[in-house]
Amino acid sequence: MLEIDAALVVALVAHARADHPDEACGVIAGPVGSDRPERLIPMVNAARSPTFYEFDSLDLLRLYREMDDRDEEPVVIYHSHTATEAYPSRTDVSYASEPNAHYVLVSTRETGADDGPYELRSYRIVDGVISEEEVRVVDHGRDTE
Amino acid sequence: MSIEVRIPTILRPFTGDAKVVEASGDTLSGLIDDLESRHPGLRERIVDDAGLRRFVNIYIDDEDVRFLGGLEAPLSDGCSVTILPAVAGG
Repeated sequence: MLEIDAALVVALVAHARADHPDEACGVIAGPVGSDRPERLIPMVNAARSPTFYEFDSLDLLRLYREMDDRDEEPVVIYHSHTATEAYPSRTDVSYASEPNAHYVLVSTRETGADDGPYELRSYRIVDGVISEEEVRVVDHGRDTE
Repeated sequence: MSIEVRIPTILRPFTGDAKVVEASGDTLSGLIDDLESRHPGLRERIVDDAGLRRFVNIYIDDEDVRFLGGLEAPLSDGCSVTILPAVAGG
């Protein structure tokens, strides 16, 4: 299961819409071992493509060094599909290389860059096997404490 | 000569779960051979018949080895090598 704060979902979907029709991509970092996504880091899609994404190699190095300095790991790795469903493609599976991450897919096929319905689903991808998981959106803004 | 090599999570099963290992080599190619002798199976995850695997990034200090000569990139004592699989998909 992926438990994620509503504010992060809003920001992630906004990123996907902003980059549409190209695929958007990024990471949500959290403390190592916590499984808590806390810090959204939208990344540049160096491929700038409606059907492919890739982090620029130096951006990737900087990202991992920064997470290491902060004792964080990539809890969520997200990207958008702009014309297909929010389900991992064969390419997504071949390149999935963070065994502990939640792979989040957003589809902007219905509304593109505009407000409106979107699909957001989460998966584990380990050793080439996809397992879909529940996404529990938590609204901390509603806490009264 | 001792070079610190940082290993990504997905390759740690080959290094007994170590995040950082030591190796030596005058070039990246030599270093990879040395890594393979200490951690069998690691090389084929980094290199294929055409050379360095397209979706594995390797850095010497702060630079991508693609700009330093690839497999022939020279290494010096005390430098740091980092291996990071690409984050990519479609």
